[in-house]
Amino acid sequence: MNIAAQPQQSIRFRGRSFLAFALTPEPPVADWLTELDKWTRTSPGFFAGKPVILDLGSVKLSESAIAHLVDQLAERGIRIMGLEGADPATLGPKVPPVLVGGRSGAEERTPDLPTSAAAAPPQRQEPAAMLIETPIRSGQSVIFPFGEVTVLGSVASGAEIVAGGSIHIYGTLRGRAMAGSAGDARARIFCSRNEAELLAIDGYYLTAENMDASLRGRPVQVSLENAGLNVKALD
Amino acid sequence: MAKVLVVTSGKGGVGKTTSTAALGAALAQSGQSVVVVDFDVGLRNLDLVMGAERRVVFDLINVVQGVAKLSQALIRDKRVETLWLLPASQTRDKDALTEEGVARVIAELRKKFDWVICDSPAGIERGATLAMRFADAAVIVTNPEVSSVRDSDRMIGLLDSKTERAEKGQRVEKHILITRYDAARAARGEMLSIEDVLEILSTPLLGIIPESEEVLRASNLGSPITLANSTSAAARAYMAAARRLKGEDVPMTIPHDKKGLLDKLFGRRAA
Repeated sequence: MNIAAQPQQSIRFRGRSFLAFALTPEPPVADWLTELDKWTRTSPGFFAGKPVILDLGSVKLSESAIAHLVDQLAERGIRIMGLEGADPATLGPKVPPVLVGGRSGAEERTPDLPTSAAAAPPQRQEPAAMLIETPIRSGQSVIFPFGEVTVLGSVASGAEIVAGGSIHIYGTLRGRAMAGSAGDARARIFCSRNEAELLAIDGYYLTAENMDASLRGRPVQVSLENAGLNVKALD
Repeated sequence: MAKVLVVTSGKGGVGKTTSTAALGAALAQSGQSVVVVDFDVGLRNLDLVMGAERRVVFDLINVVQGVAKLSQALIRDKRVETLWLLPASQTRDKDALTEEGVARVIAELRKKFDWVICDSPAGIERGATLAMRFADAAVIVTNPEVSSVRDSDRMIGLLDSKTERAEKGQRVEKHILITRYDAARAARGEMLSIEDVLEILSTPLLGIIPESEEVLRASNLGSPITLANSTSAAARAYMAAARRLKGEDVPMTIPHDKKGLLDKLFGRRAA
């Protein structure tokens, strides 16, 4: 009998980074909105078509107050794509999703400021790496789309690490590790003991079930080769 | 200086309430003044294990809502006079707890007692998060099996992020209490070993409580095991754990009940 092997459909998921504006309302919010109106009159259309995040770190608002504020901003042509600094546990589906792990970008020059002729001083490059000295507990999620993540402890079952670059785990990896989330096929995963539930690089993944049993409980290196994950023992 | 201790686990049925009662009684027996607080609103059990179910008039919810005074709700143990119980309400649910109310009650208890031991409900919802909210220290009760260990790991993560101390950048002192440990089954590889549990949780060990029928018998009698049968293996293990909580250096052993000659001849009992 001759049956052609069904090619396995693979699902890819990737991270993308965009620079968004973070608007930070200050209490009292009504006054802040008036101030915003004054400002937008001098710079009409400044926010048009730009991704805007609402940073609620300095105000304490209920879900309905947030929804109201989002509507107020929409009336002014500012569409809010996400919230920052709010507790996702207290919010329902009526308001935009809460985002975490934001990193401040270069301060956007507001158009009404006089442009200075002098060039801005060269910006210090932030090291694109995150170091975590504690164990990652079950249910915790570390998302760092800007570079490498190094964990000195273990990553528990039910925890996950998502990194734009490579992932290094000096303890036992029992949870999920997803490297190269921003589309980096050269990212790798290293751990000193592999008990992983799921490994992924650049959207290609491998579950514990499909992993070679002889590679468990050992230090391993994971890389992406020919559209498949290659897990190699390090000992 | 009072210490607020939360007994938590994530998973249900691992022995939080039994351990709260036993540790509370053991600390009180050593002369400390102790209050055990039941946070399991709607499914209260601590009053039964403490044998005080017929004496409950007012409860934690009444005090949180200002309906009753703290002194009206506190129940003194009939066996150890430095041991007190603040019962939960059986007719309400956990939404009746407010953070401000719990903060006020805990602050008031801190003034009166050496130890405030909060018996957390299972789960990670409101009751459990409020039980741990103001804790200085935590006892994470874990059975040597995978689901319990993973849930405990989750609770440790919450203790490190959602408590008042964590939000102020301070540490909540954490201890693992392994309960229902069966040395024979562990030797046969049917349970996680102590080493595995501690390696996964990377948190110091407070004690190992052996699986014992005495514990169940004591609970049914309405008495903490350390009061009901103070010479039993489980009671000795709880008393050693209580001494470690006080900062004493007690060598870690797994107490076991003395067995008769027949038991020894036929080895382990039927599981």
